[in-house]
This record gives sequence, C-alpha cells and structure tokens, in this order.
Amino acid sequence: MSSESKTVESYVAKPRTLADLRAGITAGTTKAADLAASYYDRIAEVNPRLNVYLSLTRERALAQAARVDETAAKGDPLPPLAGIPVGIKDVLVMEGAPATAGSRILEGYRPPYDATAVARLEAAGAVLLGKVNCDEFAMGSSNENSAYGPVRNPVDTERVPGGSSGGSAAAVAANMAVATLGTDTGGSIRQPASFCGVVGVLPTYGRVSRYGLIAFASSLDRVGPFAANVRDAATLLGVIAGLDPRDATSSSAPVPDYAAESDKPVEGLRIGIPAEYFADGLDSEVRAAIERGIAALQAAGCTLKPISLPLTKYAVPVYYLVATAEASANLARFDGVRYGYRSPSSDTLSAMYSNSRDEGFGAEVKRRIMLGTYALSAGYYDAYYLKAQQVRRLLAEEYLRAFADVDAIVTPTAPTPAFKLGEKTGDPLAMYLADIYTVTASLAGICGVTVPSGTTAAGLPVGMQVLAAHLNESAAFRVARAVEAAKL
Amino acid sequence: MSARVSVEEVERVAELAHLELTPQESGAMLGDLNAILDYVAELNELDTTGVEPLAQVNELVDAAGQGALRADLRLPSLDRATVMAQAPETDQAFFKVPKVIER
Repeated sequence: MSSESKTVESYVAKPRTLADLRAGITAGTTKAADLAASYYDRIAEVNPRLNVYLSLTRERALAQAARVDETAAKGDPLPPLAGIPVGIKDVLVMEGAPATAGSRILEGYRPPYDATAVARLEAAGAVLLGKVNCDEFAMGSSNENSAYGPVRNPVDTERVPGGSSGGSAAAVAANMAVATLGTDTGGSIRQPASFCGVVGVLPTYGRVSRYGLIAFASSLDRVGPFAANVRDAATLLGVIAGLDPRDATSSSAPVPDYAAESDKPVEGLRIGIPAEYFADGLDSEVRAAIERGIAALQAAGCTLKPISLPLTKYAVPVYYLVATAEASANLARFDGVRYGYRSPSSDTLSAMYSNSRDEGFGAEVKRRIMLGTYALSAGYYDAYYLKAQQVRRLLAEEYLRAFADVDAIVTPTAPTPAFKLGEKTGDPLAMYLADIYTVTASLAGICGVTVPSGTTAAGLPVGMQVLAAHLNESAAFRVARAVEAAKL
Repeated sequence: MSARVSVEEVERVAELAHLELTPQESGAMLGDLNAILDYVAELNELDTTGVEPLAQVNELVDAAGQGALRADLRLPSLDRATVMAQAPETDQAFFKVPKVIER
C-alpha cells in the first residue's frame, strides 16, 4: 500500500467462507441466530457511513435462523445455505418488505410475493437480512442514481462502489452479508464486483428466473450472486439457477454442481485474449493487474490465444438503444394508479400520470425513458431500434465464432478502478462508456464471472472478467478459481 | 440517422412518455439526447442489409430448443383484496383515478 492510503477510510472485512460457516452450524458451535444477530450488529455499526441497506427484514431473518438451529439441533440434514446471511438487491421483491428499486416512485410499495431467486435462497436455508441499495431501476454505473443516496465503496469511502448493484458488492466487501443477490443488465453485477474487490456472477440469459425482478430491460436483465470467493458464488448460483415456469424465457437446461465444477483444474483450457479490450482508454494499472492474472492462468497450464472481436466498439451504442427502448416500455407501468407513488395535486387523469412520473422518477431514469421513447417513435424506429437489433445479432455471432476456438475469454471488467463520487455525474455519456467491456456479453446473452485480479498501487481492486459461452458457467468458474488461487 | 432532436421533438417525446418536463429539464434533455444520438450514429458505419434483428437471445442459448419460450400457461393470480391494498385509491373493487371526461 502506498503512503497516501493512510488517509483512506476503509471498511473492508472479508466474510467467513460458506464451508467454514456450514461446518460450525452443523457441529452446533455456530448458531444461525447468533450469526444473524452479529450481522445486524455489523450493519448497525457501518451502514450509517456506507448506506448499503435500505431496509432490514429482521423478523423474517430471525424466524429462518431459528428454523435452521432447530434442524441442526435435531441432527437432521441441513440444506446447502443453512444459516447463511444474505442481502437482496432492492429490485428483487420479498413479500411484505419494501421494494423501492432505488426510486421514489415505489415508496410505500409492499410486494405481495417473493421473487423466485429469493424463494430458492430461503428454501436452501439462507437467512435474508434485508434489501440493499442500487441505482434507480438499476440504471447507472456508480450507485449515485439512487433516490436514497449513494453507497460508499468500503475500500475507500470517497469512491463509488460501482453500479447498479453497488449495495450488493459493498455488502460483501464490508462483511455486511456473506453473499448477496444483484442484477446485471449491462454490467451491473460485474463492474461493482470489480470496484469493490469481490466475486460477481453474470449467469447465462435464462439461467436464473427473472420472476419478481422489477424489470429494466427484459431481454438483458439477469439475476446473479456476489460472494467473497468463487466457490461460494458458484454454490449460490447452483441454488438459484434452473427452470421456472413463471419466467417464459427461463432455460430448462440441467443445472450442474457449479461448486464441484469450479474445483476442476484449468490445465489445457484455451483462453482468448481479445485485443480490443486492451486498447486505448484502458487505465495502465488496470492493464498491469489483468496481465498478471493472465500470466497466472498461463502458469496454471492454460493456453493463451490472441483473438479479435472487432465489433466491440459498437456495443455501447447498441446497448443504450436496446436497453432504453425496453425500459421506456417497462416503466410505462408506473402511472400512480395501482401501486407506488401518486402525485397528490392532479385534477385530471392525464395530469396525474405525468405529475406522478415527473415527481417519482429521477433524472437518469427520465433521460433513458426519453431516449427509448424517441428510438421507438414513428419515423425513427428503423434507424435506431431496428438497426441496433441487427447489430446485436452480429455482436452475438462474433462471440459464438470466438467460442468455437476458446473455452473462455478474459478481459478487464472496467477500464478504470473505482472513480470518485461526483466525478462523472455531470456527463451521462462518459458514465455510459464506463460499461464498455461489459455490455457485449449482456447483448449476446453469454455468461461470465468477475474475479479480483490484484490491486492498483493505491490499493484499489481490479476485477478480471472471465466470459464463457451460453450455459458454460462451469468454464468461467474454473478459470476464475485459478486467478483467485494465484492470490494476486 | 443524422437526425438531431429539436425542442419541439423533446416536448413531443415527453408527452408520449407521460413526462412533464420543466423548461430547464427540457433544455438539459435536448443537449443530452443530441450528444447520445450523435454517438450512436456510429452504427451507420456497419452494413446490416439482410441481417435478421435479434430481439432476444433464447434462440442462441440452446440450439436444441431448450432455450425456446415455453407455452402459455394459465396459473392463479393474486386475489383482488391483496392487489387493492397496494393502490393509492380504490373502492375495494376498482382503482379510483381523477375524472377522465368533463361533463
């Protein structure tokens, strides 16, 4: 660490591993109720500074912990996440708990059901601590678009945690949960994982049900886990993945034992290194950290293959047209009629719609609704939306060709380490360009894992993005394990 | 695709999106939209003649059809009382809104 790090305010604290906690709970030396209480103490201590949790589901968590302790006391077999404290991004619904999506427009809303991923975690024994902060409707790359204030990065509180799942990443980095759920539409799991120095998983589109996820862009939205290590993230994905009839795009492909898959050696795996992800605009310290990660993969017996993905530079424009078009349609439902915020000062229906939306939505959400509405409007549909969908196919095909020759592709997750609060808020386009390395995988529907690959001289984490073909999460986990094992 | 947005277009789009923008918000939106649209105009460099649009990726996820959309299903939905409890204003049976038609 350099001398300047003395002035950095940090809250980093690594959670214990699932295996360790599980052994304690099985043996009766760790009580799930005590573990939950200790996490609520930790949250009470650091949340006023970090602003990670927006609401706590204490009653539900303690009831679940009591059930786990009862099962353990009887000596009955325990499910895979028995007693594990988990935080949930506030775009996923939990019955009866606030679900704000980081927006004023959902103030007061209490959803009457659980998201599938939430229900599956709880069925596997997880103790759900509460709802964590995020950019409004998951739109943002810094968590500064939350109507409830930004999350601070536990590594350095003057910096952003990334977004939109900033709270999910920060919770794990600061040991305010053992693991969390986040969502990723254009990089919203991978980029905050990189900024906070934790592991984040982008599952294949359709791998995890979107039922109970407040929609941003339905053809891109994914639910995935954050954890402090790759194996734990793999275990969580195994719990939440799989067919759900309530999400029509959910895949029926069998769910492998991802944790066991992640234990397999990487020797002989072919790793693609795309030149376009190491070009101008990449911070030199990020480049150096990723190159150390790549060297570790080579040392572990992987074959490195230089590849080219020349369409990469078109991904951000395609993404911002497709995502905003879908968002403008999805967010039409927030009209002050059925749930959430209604403007009190409207004497006609039309004024009530407009006033409720104007008072309820923040600036970035309005900007995206406007861009999406414009791109879908008469006269511009072909030039913008249709064109973007055509290029989306070309981008996806480019990945499919690449994966014919390699098992995984590794890149930086973001062009820079975590930036300072307020640094990019005045320039929406600059903020969008922070997503340059993550949006391609979102558009193509492929999977990936972000894994810490060392730090900058100032101690800021750098995450490597490991991408793999559709439904080949196992390869991404194996490669990420090898990078993690190098202890960079 | 070199179309640049005018103030009138911003107002028209805001109306389509049911957003009531203040003059100040409209001005900022005009600048932001034009900057973003200039940037996305890069897509014009690519010839996409004959390329099928890709609206969503299920067809790619599993070529054998596992990624295909499932058939429509009839499932029970939430009961009326549960739904109405979340609404800003109801008479228990229907959502209430300000008047739609002047008489």
